[in-house]
Amino acid sequence: MELQAVVMAAGGGSRMMDLTYNTAKPLLPVGNRPLIWYPLNLLERAGFEEVIVVTTKDVQKMKMDVVCVQEDADMGTADALRHIQQKIKTDLLVVSCDLITDVALHEVVDLFRAHNAMLAMLMSKAHEFTETVPGQKGKKKGGEQRDFVGVDPDLEEGLVIRSTHPRMHIRTDLLDAHLYCLKKCVVDFLVANKCISSLRGELVPYLVRKQFSKATTPGSNGEHTDQNLKRSDANAGLELLISSRDDGLLQLAEERSCWNDHHGDMSEAYHGGRLRCYAHIMEKGMCYRANTLAAYVEANRVAPKLFDESPVHPSAVVSERSLVGGDSIIGPFTNIADKTSIKRSNIGAYTVVKEKVKISNSIIMNGVTIEEGCNIQGSVICNGAVISRGADLKYCLVGSCQHIEPEGEFINQLIKVSNHSVCF
Amino acid sequence: MADSECKGESNQTGSIIHAADGDAKLKDIAREKIEGKELTKEEKQRLRKEKKHKKGKKEDKGPTEKGTDKEKKAVSSSALQQSPAQKALSTVPVPVGAPVASVPESSTVDKPSKSKAELKAERRARQDAERASKQGKKEPGSQASSSKSKAPASELQPVVKRLPEHIQVDDPAMVKKLAKKLERQQIPLRSDYGFKVSLFSHLHQYSRKAPLTQQISIPATVIHPSIVRLGLQYSQGIVAGSNARSVALLHAFKQVIQDYSTPPNEELSRDLVNKLKPYISFLNQCRPLSASMGNAIKYIKKEISNIPSQCKEEEAKKKLLSCIDNYVNEKITLAAKAISECAIKKICDGDVILVYGCSSLVNHILCDAFEKQRKFRVIVVDSRPRLEGREALRRLVKRGIRCTYVLISALSYILPEVSKVFLGAHALLANGYVMSRVGTSQIALVAKAYNVPVLVCCETYKFCERVQTDSFVSNELDDPDDLIVTRRGKTQLEAWLSIQSLRLLNLVYDVTPPDFVDLVITELGMIPCTSVPVVLRVKSVDQ
Repeated sequence: MELQAVVMAAGGGSRMMDLTYNTAKPLLPVGNRPLIWYPLNLLERAGFEEVIVVTTKDVQKMKMDVVCVQEDADMGTADALRHIQQKIKTDLLVVSCDLITDVALHEVVDLFRAHNAMLAMLMSKAHEFTETVPGQKGKKKGGEQRDFVGVDPDLEEGLVIRSTHPRMHIRTDLLDAHLYCLKKCVVDFLVANKCISSLRGELVPYLVRKQFSKATTPGSNGEHTDQNLKRSDANAGLELLISSRDDGLLQLAEERSCWNDHHGDMSEAYHGGRLRCYAHIMEKGMCYRANTLAAYVEANRVAPKLFDESPVHPSAVVSERSLVGGDSIIGPFTNIADKTSIKRSNIGAYTVVKEKVKISNSIIMNGVTIEEGCNIQGSVICNGAVISRGADLKYCLVGSCQHIEPEGEFINQLIKVSNHSVCF
Repeated sequence: MADSECKGESNQTGSIIHAADGDAKLKDIAREKIEGKELTKEEKQRLRKEKKHKKGKKEDKGPTEKGTDKEKKAVSSSALQQSPAQKALSTVPVPVGAPVASVPESSTVDKPSKSKAELKAERRARQDAERASKQGKKEPGSQASSSKSKAPASELQPVVKRLPEHIQVDDPAMVKKLAKKLERQQIPLRSDYGFKVSLFSHLHQYSRKAPLTQQISIPATVIHPSIVRLGLQYSQGIVAGSNARSVALLHAFKQVIQDYSTPPNEELSRDLVNKLKPYISFLNQCRPLSASMGNAIKYIKKEISNIPSQCKEEEAKKKLLSCIDNYVNEKITLAAKAISECAIKKICDGDVILVYGCSSLVNHILCDAFEKQRKFRVIVVDSRPRLEGREALRRLVKRGIRCTYVLISALSYILPEVSKVFLGAHALLANGYVMSRVGTSQIALVAKAYNVPVLVCCETYKFCERVQTDSFVSNELDDPDDLIVTRRGKTQLEAWLSIQSLRLLNLVYDVTPPDFVDLVITELGMIPCTSVPVVLRVKSVDQ
């Protein structure tokens, strides 16, 4: 076996707590499919037959042909890998459950294979979010979390330009898609170094930095402090793991090959570095990570285009005198009554929409009841909510199983209760 | 082509008879030579008639051709048999019994009556061939051959084969055959890209932007992952150069053997070889195999089939792995050492040595010579689009050797300064031609014109039994997009695909005739180019 796929579905969705306090993030519907369906579909299309899904207990309800591993909440992605270390026998492909993309996987994996890389990741151009996010007060998009890869976040010590790589491109428009190909020795390294708990936050920056460090000589470790010793041990660990992979024949082949990945200086291919990290940057195509509310809303707009299915599910009952726009999708067993107008919206399963309702630019999840005369614009209505008649919601987020009183008017509000109410 | 082959073979036998000097008397020699020539003339006439016949029957062309091929081979080999049987070439297994009996029978008969009998026999043979082709049988050779040539024909049958290396992309039947074979092995077929120059339309032309891995599943299940990685490295040019490719191939085979487990009711010796076949097809699709790789594969297959059936799996695997290590050690590492020791004798102080492209062996020799305190300087000649000379330049300068760098267009300008030319080879063909990077034959030609000695350095495992006199028949076409270059912001060839009458050609190899090569340095010593078949014979006797 060449690669094993791991889907990280244990995260709590900490950046969109309003949506996920009651529903697990992997099960959030995007385009009327659970969020986890997208990475699983990507892996299935690429040809994977087995997947390891790392999740919390709630998700077990889904019927999938995967190996579900139980674990307690609050584990980082690297901790999760450490947890399933027994099952990992070959190189890994780690995907986050909130990745929605149509990338050709072989482009990332080819970089991993051809250059014998330690890490190969996918990056794409970050998209500007055009949809208005419900519940946002004011125009400010909030302090978005940005990833810093290869560069110090503070830049206090200045920018390091290495003599081996004098030409650097600094890009601020890329999004880390959280799709990593890792060699098996990285998992062994993680097992040995329990201080690393997050893949994206700690492991990837560490590996990227490690590319440029020279091999630690055993003699110079004399007067280091405890912390440094630990770090140098960790370094040594990774060095050992790399060197044990190299076969004599492989080195001979590399020596005899007349190929170099760069020209103009006197160093050999890859500058002699044996730890290599590559990123494939997707210029065209769709790549979204639905981990914030804005991204979630955007993903809902775009995801239905990934698959060609009829926008209205065959089991849905849609009355003839209703107006369902072409870019809306209706889930199974949903009831749409007369004189309703649905534009650019995603309506989930088992939803009941009564007469004279206007829904536009909204996301309605499963099991929602919308009574007559409501007007819903730019909002997100979570599972099981009930919107009583005549309500008018603009850019609101209604939490799970919430009731909106009749004739209520809400603009730009987050409606949820503080204590968890039990829903299905 | 068969005519020239027959002539060539009879000429060769002629030369061997001259060289023998011992057994046959002069009279016998003269008579056999004349008889040999007569045969070929008559045979030529017969063949001409047969060709006219063939044009009428297009359907049965296949088996008829095979029949006539086999007949030609049978008759030509019988011509061979007339020469002293001991001096026959190693490639033709010598069936001593029956033909020798027929030989004295034919040699005792006078010339004119002999030719009549010959004609009769040939007519009979032709009739048999036509009958056989009408019935559409697949082996007319065994039935169509006359009584005289029957024995040698049936015994020489295994030698008569269609050469598998002859790619014929413009023949749809061959393409279909290939596609069927790949389908059976579950390997995807790589499609050709762009318009090809008509002279080379029989070769494949692939694009690097459409790798074969697009069509296989990730993770690779049918093909071993190290083979997928190797194929990718070949097609992207990360592993390039004859030696590097062979070593990488053997490394990948080591991984395959380590991960292999014999299925129940199967023998390792047979099953492992069958397992390797789709991998080899896959690698061939990624990039056509080189001669050195072909020899390495033959060696491994032989080793695997020679494993006794009572050998346990672990032992067998260990044996195979050590065989591979030995092969690399002997044929590549130690051979390089021996060659550099020989070659250093040829490098004098004050020499100006010209090298072309990046040959791992030539670089090795020059570095060794520099360490042994020889004083020389190097001129590196380079050519587009590969520009491999830059890598050679880097390696030599890193060692401290004084180098000059020119492009091949400046060759005749720089040659008056040069005292020796050292060339690497991709393969040495059986007729003494050197197959190497495109441009090598130009270098050898111009060097000859300037009376500069040309030395080719080549390990014996790159010697191949193929015969080729031109660079068209069998070559490799690289990605044509490599020729596209952007200068001052303008890319003239960007839209070359849209211009119907524009074809781009990016050749990889060319053949240099032995007249331009003064010496071949191998680990067996310094031999002239024409001694390659001797080496091949010695090798096959050894094995």
